[in-house]
Amino acid sequence: MAIFGLWIINKAGGLVYQKNFADGLSKLSPNEYLVLAGTLHGIHAITSRLSPAGSSSGVQIIEAESFKMNIFLTATGTKFVLLTSLTDTTADTALQRIYEAYADYVMKNPFHTPEMPIRTERFDVKVAEIIKVFA
Amino acid sequence: MYTSGQAVVHPRLSVLSTSSLPSEHSSLGTASSTTRFSLPPSGSSTPVPMPTSASTLSLSKTPMTAVNLVRPNIYDRPLNKTRTSEVSLAAFTFLFSEMIQYTQKRVNGVADFERKLNTLGYRMGLKMLELHAWRTEGTSKAPKRETRFLTVLSTIGNVMWKAFFGRAMDAIQKSVTKDDEFMLIENDPAITKFISISKDMGSLSCSALTAGVVEAILDGLGFPARVTAHNVPTEANPNCTTILIKLDRSVLDREEALK
Repeated sequence: MAIFGLWIINKAGGLVYQKNFADGLSKLSPNEYLVLAGTLHGIHAITSRLSPAGSSSGVQIIEAESFKMNIFLTATGTKFVLLTSLTDTTADTALQRIYEAYADYVMKNPFHTPEMPIRTERFDVKVAEIIKVFA
Repeated sequence: MYTSGQAVVHPRLSVLSTSSLPSEHSSLGTASSTTRFSLPPSGSSTPVPMPTSASTLSLSKTPMTAVNLVRPNIYDRPLNKTRTSEVSLAAFTFLFSEMIQYTQKRVNGVADFERKLNTLGYRMGLKMLELHAWRTEGTSKAPKRETRFLTVLSTIGNVMWKAFFGRAMDAIQKSVTKDDEFMLIENDPAITKFISISKDMGSLSCSALTAGVVEAILDGLGFPARVTAHNVPTEANPNCTTILIKLDRSVLDREEALK
């Protein structure tokens, strides 16, 4: 069980937060992460439109051979993506906890501009704490 | 004392805007307030019960449901009831966050920023002192007012802080080097719990608001002082904040005389 990384994608498809926690996935340049996040945003839009029966929440898990992406869409359109190992079962809970930390330490911080990259010290600390519990 | 026609405003009360002047309040007249809190138009959200043939009594239910929708006004609530009148931390934090963003747009530099937050806190503190005095001494047979500084300081740090913020101050200290300086220390102040100061803000402490509150309380009790807030991060408490009180010389002289 391992948590490799966390992405937060704003409602326009921009990557506002990206952090690696464990080795196992190849490191990319900041620009490559931005492109991938944008692509994921597009894929998510397609999957939420394709549902044959009414509205759909869109893709929630993408599994690969060595890892999986857990995607959590909030009511406001922000996406939290947690990259974990295949055996991980706690991603849902972890994402929920990270969302709570985001609501507290990012949205309530007067010095954060919504939809912009997150540079908030206490959020970093809190996320590190949560990852420590679940990893 | 005041010249006619020109309102002289206390500098403390006029820093941010003049919109708090009584004359401007008339613009908050009728139209907006009635639409905001009025009952929903009849028949839209509360369907009128269909009168049955059995009784006509059911008709009387219609005005009853309408009456229940009226929220109690803040002025209708008892002033000395504290147990159910607590405000959620989240609601306060969002309000405080907006206050900071509003202030930030109107200041140049950190010192100015803290001064304006202090002013906002000062206006809160005046009212908080009055409210606290009303709640604690209002029903007392022999209401009293503290006249010695150390008792006042300990009342602020323990009783008042507990009443306003739910927790007493973690420590109250006297400066070793200067006899006119006192410190109230809070390890993790609730109001700045979710605030991360960005690097370009440097030493800004948003507890300047609570420093203003302390300053107003001291002023109101007749202890003029200069109160400032400072971040004193430690290993165990990265959010530790000190509220530094620098007393006016006249207070020290009076304390000396009272001994």
